[in-house]
Amino acid sequence: MSDITEPHLMVNGTKFTIDDSWLGESLLYTLREQLGLYGSKNACEQGECGSCSIMFDEALVCSCLVLTGNAVGREIQTIESLAPDGSLSDIQQAFVDVGAIQCGFCTPGLLVTIKDFLESNAEPTDLEIREAISGNLCRCTGYGRIVEAVRVASKASEGTEETLNDND
Amino acid sequence: MTTIESHKVATDSGVGVSAQRPDAIPKVTGEFVFSSDLSSQNMLWGRTLRSPHSSARIRNIDYSEALAISGVHAILTATDVPGKNLFGLDHPDQPVLADDIVRYAGEPIAIVAAEHPEIAAKAIGAINVDFEILTPLVDSEIAITAEPIHPEGNVIRHLEIDYGDPNASGEVIVEGTYEVGMQDQAFMGTESGMAVPSSDGSVDLFISTQWLHSDRNQIIEALDLPEDMVRLTLAGVGGAFGGREDVSMHVHLCMLALHTGRPVKMVYDRNESFLGHVHRHPAKIWYRHHANRDGRIVKVEGKIILDGGAYASTTSAVLANACCFSTGPYNVANAQIEGWGVRTNNPPCGAMRGFGNVQTCFAIEAQMDKVATALNVDPIELRLRNALKTGDKIITGQTITGAAPVKEVITSLAGHPMPEPAEDNLLARPGGTGRTSDQKHIKRGIGFAVSIKNLMFAEGFDDSSEALCRVNDGAVAIHTACVEVGQGFVTLVQQIAEEVLGISDIEIIPADTSIGSAGSTSASRQTWMSGGAVLKACEAVVKNLTEQIEREEGVKFQNIDGTLVSEDGATTIPIEEALRGRSLEEKVVHHHAPTFPLNEKGQGNAHVSFAFAAHRAVVDVDQELGLVRVIEIATSQDVGRILNPLQAVGQIEGGIAQGLGLAVLEELIMKDGVIQNANFTDYLLPTALDTPPIEIASLIEEPEPGAPFGAKGIGEPPTISSTPAIVAAIRDATGLDLRRVPVRPEDIALE
Repeated sequence: MSDITEPHLMVNGTKFTIDDSWLGESLLYTLREQLGLYGSKNACEQGECGSCSIMFDEALVCSCLVLTGNAVGREIQTIESLAPDGSLSDIQQAFVDVGAIQCGFCTPGLLVTIKDFLESNAEPTDLEIREAISGNLCRCTGYGRIVEAVRVASKASEGTEETLNDND
Repeated sequence: MTTIESHKVATDSGVGVSAQRPDAIPKVTGEFVFSSDLSSQNMLWGRTLRSPHSSARIRNIDYSEALAISGVHAILTATDVPGKNLFGLDHPDQPVLADDIVRYAGEPIAIVAAEHPEIAAKAIGAINVDFEILTPLVDSEIAITAEPIHPEGNVIRHLEIDYGDPNASGEVIVEGTYEVGMQDQAFMGTESGMAVPSSDGSVDLFISTQWLHSDRNQIIEALDLPEDMVRLTLAGVGGAFGGREDVSMHVHLCMLALHTGRPVKMVYDRNESFLGHVHRHPAKIWYRHHANRDGRIVKVEGKIILDGGAYASTTSAVLANACCFSTGPYNVANAQIEGWGVRTNNPPCGAMRGFGNVQTCFAIEAQMDKVATALNVDPIELRLRNALKTGDKIITGQTITGAAPVKEVITSLAGHPMPEPAEDNLLARPGGTGRTSDQKHIKRGIGFAVSIKNLMFAEGFDDSSEALCRVNDGAVAIHTACVEVGQGFVTLVQQIAEEVLGISDIEIIPADTSIGSAGSTSASRQTWMSGGAVLKACEAVVKNLTEQIEREEGVKFQNIDGTLVSEDGATTIPIEEALRGRSLEEKVVHHHAPTFPLNEKGQGNAHVSFAFAAHRAVVDVDQELGLVRVIEIATSQDVGRILNPLQAVGQIEGGIAQGLGLAVLEELIMKDGVIQNANFTDYLLPTALDTPPIEIASLIEEPEPGAPFGAKGIGEPPTISSTPAIVAAIRDATGLDLRRVPVRPEDIALE
């Protein structure tokens, strides 16, 4: 109960006090409007489009469907955690390189989803990629360059492993 | 042609390479600021009360209870609109806030500003409107002769095209009626923005839109303010596709901000977004094609009704496109076309990618397949025999003077290899992992379609764009009011400036109303119009620079591939180097060649330029279940010249996905004028599993005279003929007639 009277959120490894918030707000609203973390996007706010995807402990969730009150004490990772020191992650770099970005509104949610996906499936087939991102709607790209970016990023991580093996 | 030839083909920079988007990194880190990400100290949240009825009289609005809610700062209605309570993209016919009548379900009635969005929502719920519910007019055909629902009448435009011999007849006659459902742009970033008032009574509006100056001109009329008191700045746009061409929350935000003296932010939720912008016009189309045994189309008769919904928006222009291109990319000597754009109590319809050509292309291409069957000719051969080429006339009597590689797009696509049979994977079957589709019931079908799209505004509209190029000691800044919606104009700005000036570090000044209009980011026009303006502004800087150097050196100089070379050959200075230490600034307005209105017979040089595309769809269908999986779409497109290959591919793939949506998934379902599925659970956008790999068979680069670098706009053609190609493929697999899009499971399984 002390969390409720003095609530805080752990987001991207930082502790935020949210005493100014209403715990009935969606986590998406709190992240964006209270904490100023605008990277997670509000495209449907009913869990259909994936634009607000975040990691909630170990689970990929739509932050629009999580009540802020339920997020107290959980580990939250948002798009802002993907390039913490300013250097892009492999999947972010692949999006830039292969032209997977147009308007960019779906991009943060997709990147969080794909990062999670590649951690569990390092060498996906195209159909597996398409299934993995089928919960993230994109209206601009037709998904072709996004699938290509996942291919490139999965190869990039393969490359990293090989380099490590070589060093061994 | 001189424009094209005077520019080198870049090898590693400038125009023609896959340059990286300048906004790519902020977009992948989440730092890019969209209009919904704006915030300000002391900010209030706005919200709109909308009519639940498609036709009703407002007897009374009582908001006393709502205004008493703690945290509510303003509730405004029609009586609070300071200026004219009318706006409209083509002409003002739509109330900013409904006065005594509501004409569509979703029409704004009152607006609220409150401390928190939930308080604003609570206040909206506490406003009591006493409606007298009327019977809505929802049938577009009946609307033509029905009692007017608007002072301007129900027929927004009636257009006839009378071309060639009306008595011409063919040896074979094929007739058909077709219907197109209401598609939505469904951009991912909903309408949003923020208005910030100033103490002098002026206001700044930060907004996602497609055309800042058109917005501004409509806002000042409603606010009764002079032009300089309403300043618009583009805020990050999360897609548009035509749906942001009309004013939505713009006036509401300004009214609330000026009334409360505080910044006000609004973000439509998805439901409100579906209600808050125009849609693609639903269409009813009848065609009679006359053809001869030699495979030539002799005459086309057509009647086209577009449902414009309650207000005009761009219905007139959409109808013109539907009619002018109602015979497709074919050389047809005789045509009798009649079109109506009508008013109903359905939601207003206006611009969406493809703009009128989508509707008729679906019907034309179905007719072409029927003609091919009737003549026992291969459908691709029939299209080749009738394909338009440079020098041919379209049915408005206008001669195509630019590139028209219709045969080339058809033949290059026809020769492209077919996809392999689908792997036996549940995910790859029609219906996906629903696991209900049985492999032995799946039939494969192939369909082919070709399209024409006019580029830029038409019918005499003075279409222009202004650009500024400023160089300060080698640092370049470019300013236009051209709206970046995701298509990558900002990348092209950098490429064009680098091409001319040889400098790669280009600052793009945010688009706003402090510079002249760029026109709308629509009609596949911004590469030509604002790209052209940027090119001319940069060239004007080089000209000015050359003159300065000539004065200093006392000798004439010539620009040879980015290097200024003196007449005597003794001095050569790269432009990049010559710009160092100098301050130069040039502003130019770029126009395209003039166009003219259509006469009473629908004749005239109304259009600037034309682009063509062909699509081939391969589908798997489980006919018993009515399930379709699109296996592959292949395409060839007439592009003039590719300025950025990666961005070109992005436009083509994305456009095709929207065409697929109209073919098999997307429709706003109406009941008595009320949208039944205004959310992403029930309005089905194509996912990555619904969208197949796109094969680009060929991009035909035949430079377009008069176009900067010879480049044609490429955004719309992918959306136009992909839809009919998919439906043709479903017909091929099932043998069904399928005269309506989207094709629904019941259209296949229950026929």
